[in-house]
Parts: sequence; structure tokens; C-alpha cells
Amino acid sequence: MLNIKNLKASLEDEDKQILKGIDLDIGPGEVHAIMGPNGSGKSTLSYVLSGKGGYVVDGGTATLDGTDLLDMEPEERAAAGLFLAFQYPVEIPGVGNMTFLRTAVNSQRKMRGEEELNAAEFLKLVRAKAIDLKIDAEMLKRPVNVGFSGGEKKRNEILQMAMLEPKMCILDETDSGLDVDAMKLVAEGVNAMRDGKRSFLVITHYQRLLDHIKPDVVHIMAAGKIIKSGGPELALEVENNGYADLLNEVA
Amino acid sequence: MALAANKVDATEALIAAYPAPSGEGKWASDARARALETLRQTGAPVRRDEYWKFTNPARLLEPAKAATILATDETPMFDGVDKLLVVFVDGVLRADLSDDLTMDGLEIETLASAMSKDIHWANDIYGVLEANGQNPVSRPMAALNTAMATEGLVIRVTGKAAKPIALRYLRSGADADVMVHNVIKLEQGADLTLLENGPAAARFNSSLEVDIADNAALHHVRAQGRDHERLAATHMFARLGTESRFKSFTLTVNGALTRNEAVLEFTGDDAFATVSGASAGDRAYHHDDTVFITHDALNCESRQVFKKVLRNGATGVFQGKILVPSHAQKTDGYQIAQGLLLDDDCTFLAKPELEIYADDVICSHGSTCGGVDETALFYLTSRGVPKSQAQDMLVLAFMDESIQEIEDDVLADEIRERLGAWMERHRD
Ligand SMILES: Nc1ncnc2c1ncn2[C@@H]1O[C@H](COP(=O)(O)OP(=O)(O)O)[C@@H](O)[C@H]1O
Ligand SMILES: [Mg+2]
Repeated sequence: MLNIKNLKASLEDEDKQILKGIDLDIGPGEVHAIMGPNGSGKSTLSYVLSGKGGYVVDGGTATLDGTDLLDMEPEERAAAGLFLAFQYPVEIPGVGNMTFLRTAVNSQRKMRGEEELNAAEFLKLVRAKAIDLKIDAEMLKRPVNVGFSGGEKKRNEILQMAMLEPKMCILDETDSGLDVDAMKLVAEGVNAMRDGKRSFLVITHYQRLLDHIKPDVVHIMAAGKIIKSGGPELALEVENNGYADLLNEVA
Repeated sequence: MALAANKVDATEALIAAYPAPSGEGKWASDARARALETLRQTGAPVRRDEYWKFTNPARLLEPAKAATILATDETPMFDGVDKLLVVFVDGVLRADLSDDLTMDGLEIETLASAMSKDIHWANDIYGVLEANGQNPVSRPMAALNTAMATEGLVIRVTGKAAKPIALRYLRSGADADVMVHNVIKLEQGADLTLLENGPAAARFNSSLEVDIADNAALHHVRAQGRDHERLAATHMFARLGTESRFKSFTLTVNGALTRNEAVLEFTGDDAFATVSGASAGDRAYHHDDTVFITHDALNCESRQVFKKVLRNGATGVFQGKILVPSHAQKTDGYQIAQGLLLDDDCTFLAKPELEIYADDVICSHGSTCGGVDETALFYLTSRGVPKSQAQDMLVLAFMDESIQEIEDDVLADEIRERLGAWMERHRD
């Protein structure tokens, strides 16, 4: 599904390399987790994959189902099936949540040559999914993420993911700032989308999210590199001992 | 103070360029004489004048140049609104294209008809509000209009008008150089919606004088037409009585040079006024909003909300002043002017002025200027919205604060639609 080879990326404005050769292979239906200290480049990886400006790819490749991601515009990557749930969802005053979501869904459909959803079909779909995520209808009417609590913003990300039905979902610290109940809702939202084909890359600091979304592989990232990969037990190790031992191991 | 010789010449040339109206009633010729006197005192505007520093008036003064008429697919606005339609072609009222000038709740008359009479109620307003508005900032183009305009309407609203009056300004002559002067008097408790739309002329000088009595309300929505080459100098003078309301919104897309002046004076307590505008320009576009609001009463609220989106070297100007004398306590004045620059070579010039002598007031003003929010743009595109469309969404969101000043949702939505269509036509 997602294949990353020796990906290196720097900041555009500074001569500073953040990603220093990332290798990652996520197969169809797999759930991978990335853990790692703050500042190790986890969000940068998610941004470079989804096409945010301000970064320069110095080398390496990233493909989704064999197509080169790095060559595409962000909207093309989205239409190709990539989705990023932001660590910090963006507030956009003046743009209605529903208008935005419907435009997004239909733009993707159009780019893929599929039939667009009419207003009624869209509304029905979004209402059903909102109920599952305990998002009330009032929230949907507001401008994108404006006046949303931290937890509401994260649930809104999952709602968008559910509506857009991407192939490859990247979740950047979707669990941070959530209480236990909200985290369960989010995890249920994710699990409901697991169908054996759709893949997930879950960036998190905490084992507790991985209790709910069971990863197949756990990677530890530090200073722009994946320093260790393993099974779910690796997450437990981090939970119990922190990153210090792992970092020393490689050093 | 005597004018400089070159200013005298320019002023006389300007006056000579228009046929002097004759054969009118005494009140009218007196008003015209006073305006000419004012114009000769202030002189034609020049770049050196304090309020013309950002906008070069030269093209408003030199002999009108022919401008190509947009081979237009522009459909007239407010078509779906139930209204009394009055059509002007090249600035001349066309009865054959207009509805009958009768409506419950008001009296309408042409300016020419009012001017031909010996006495007329418009005597208290025509050229009077304009003259009030000449101090402390002179407005020579408005004085010229008062002295020369023979077209327009004189409207007295006595109750709640049954439907809006829509003035539609069409243009057929390439070089039409046109003046229109409208006078509206709202009696106590009266209520009217005035709509204006159209390019009007290659060069358009318009003046609107509005007297709003106690508890009366005027809603004004204007869209200036899509012609690229047109030049326009418009003036709006409003006097507001106790507990009256005045809401005026202007949409300006395109136009080589547009100067919209609004001069408002609160004379009664507890009144409310908003002057707002959305303007959108690409390339040779210069748009100027110049506003002066005097709070000469207690507990009045005024709002100025102006948004401009500029592309490819276009220029936007805002000069807004609030004057609060020491007796105008409890004044609430809000002023915001923001420019969204889609290209680096665009210019947004803002001169906000607060002159406040009262101590118990809330006055705020803000002026910002910047590009599209890249973070928001990435968020939208990362969800699959194409960049051009995402940018349009952000621009429309930015402009919307000004459109929200319009009270009627149907009218506001029509403005949104027009602006959205402009955005679509002006993408990279
Ligand atoms: N746009 C940026 N400007 C400046 N520094 C940045 C930018 N993006 C990332 N960085 C830097 O890159 C490093 C990695 O950051 P990030 O990817 O956010 O890490 P993580 O998500 O693992 O906490 C940090 O040192 C951060 O300060
Ligand atoms: Mg991060």
C-alpha cells in the first residue's frame, strides 16, 4: 500500500534536514504505529507524505499503490486515497463544516471519475456517521473547527476520514488531548473502517490508543530515522521504560 | 484662502465641461449656485489634497475617454426580487423601460420634475446634506454633481415601502459621461430598501442624499457593475435622526477607478448605521472607500466593514474616519478594513482615523493586509479540494464579514454568488 524508501526531507527556509532516510512498508489492511520523542520528525513525515509546502525532498521515494506520491499536489494525493488526520486540526472561520466536507467528498469523486453525491445523499451519510462519533448536528453547521474543543476537533478529523473513505489513513497524535471516553470513540471510528484492505499509520505517544487500535507493527522514530521496528510489545516497552533505553541501544 | 492659479483653471475647465442647467425653479437654481460657489472655493481635487493622496483624481477630471463596452454576459442583479424597477440608460431615466413611479408608502418624482417647481420639500435636502458634508473635508466632485446633475429621483417615504426600489444603470454609449443625483427623505418610522446596480457609464458621478427621520430605516445594497474600464466617483450623504437605522453595502468588482465616499452624521440619539463594502479587483483596478462618520448625538452605533481582494497589481484604498465630539457619550464605533493580496505586486492602503473627544465611548478599529492563509489552504487541499477552489473558499470566507452587514439574506446570498462567480473568472 504505502512504500517509503530512504526518504530524506529538509525545511525549505532553513538548511536543516528533518527526515534522514525513512524506510517504511505498509501492506494492505495493516496497521502500523510510529512512536518517538517530540521533535523526532513524525509530523514532518506525515506532512511530506501529504504534500504540505515548506519542505524539500532531498532524496528517496514514497508511493501509494505504486504511484509516486511526491510528484502530486495535495488534492491529488487525497483523491489517490491518502488521508492525514492532523495533529492540530486547522480552524477556518467563514467556511462551513458541511460545505467544506461536501466539496471535499465531491472533488475527490470527480477527480476519480465517480458520480458526485447530491445534497440529500450527502446529508444522510454524514448524519449517520456523525451519530456514531457522537458529533452533534449543531457542530456540523459551524465553520470548520471554529469553537470546537480539542476533542471535538479530533472527532471531526475522524468524521472526515469516514466520509472520504481513504485507502491509507495517517493519524497524527489523534489521541493526544482526548479523555478516555473520547479516545474510545475515536478508536471505534477507526476500527469500524478496518476492512482488511484499508491501511493505517498511527502516530502516538501512548500505549493506551494501541490497546484499542491493535497495531501489526510498531516503529520507533528518533532524529529523523526509524531506529527500531517490532511487534506490539515494542509499544509496551516504551510505555514502561520510555525511549532512553532504545536510544542508547542504537547509539 | 485663494486657490492657486492652476487649480482655478482646472476648476473652471471642469465646470465648463458640463452644460449648465437652466430654466429651473428658484430653489433649484439657488442650490446649484451654492454648489458652484463651494466648488470654486475648494477647487477641483488634485493629488496633493490630503484625501486624494492614495487616489489620483486626474482621470475623473480630464475629458471623458471612450471605453469599450464589456461584451457582457452580466445578467442584471436583483432580478428575482419583487421590486419597483427604474432604468437609466447612459444616465438618462427611461420611462419606457421602467415601472410606473408609484408605490404604497412613498412618492417618487424625477429630479427634473422636482427641479422645475418653484418650491419643493427637496429644498431641505438637495445640496444641503452635501454642503454639510464638505466640512472639514472638501468633496468637490459632489459639489460638481449638485451643480450639474439633471437626472435622478426624488423619493419621499412616508410608511413602510411595499417593495424595494431598484435603480438599474445600463450603459449603451462607449463614452457616456454621466451624472445622477438621488434624494431620499424618510419620514418618521418609514422604511425603504434601495437597490442600485449597473456600470452606468464610462464615467459615472453619482450622489445620494438621504435624510432619515426618527425611527425610520433605509437599507441600501449596491453593486457597481463589471466593466473594467469604467471610472466612478460616488457620494452618499446621510443624516440620521433618533433611533433611525441606515445600512449600506456596496459590491465593486472590476472598474479602473472607483472612489466611493460616504458621509454620515448622527443628529438624533440611539441610532445605528453601517457602511460596508466588498471589492474585488484584478490588474488595472483602483478602488477607494472614503468614509466620514460624525457622531453628533448620544448612544449611537456606527460600523465600517470593508474587505478587498486584490490580484495582479490591483490597488485598494480605505480612508475611514470617526469623529466623536465631547457631548456624544456612549458612542460605539467599529471600523475594520482588510486587504487580501493574492499577489505580491498588489497594494492596500489604509488610513483609519479616530478623533474622539468624549470619554465614555467604545471605538475600535483594525486594518490588516496579507495573503491567503497557507495552513488553511493546505488543510482544504489535503482533503481533496482543488487549490483554486480552496482559495476561492478562503477568499469568500474573508469577504463574508462585510456581506453579513446586509440585513436581507436573499440579497446577501446574491452578492455572495456574484463574488463567487468573479473569483471563478479570476483564477490563476
Ligand atoms: N515548519 C517548520 N519550521 C521550523 N521547524 C520545523 C518545521 N517543521 C518541523 N520543524 C522541526 O523539525 C523537527 C521535527 O518536528 P516534528 O516533525 O513536528 O516532530 P514530531 O512530530 O515528531 O514531534 C523539530 O525540530 C521541529 O522543530
Ligand atoms: Mg508531531
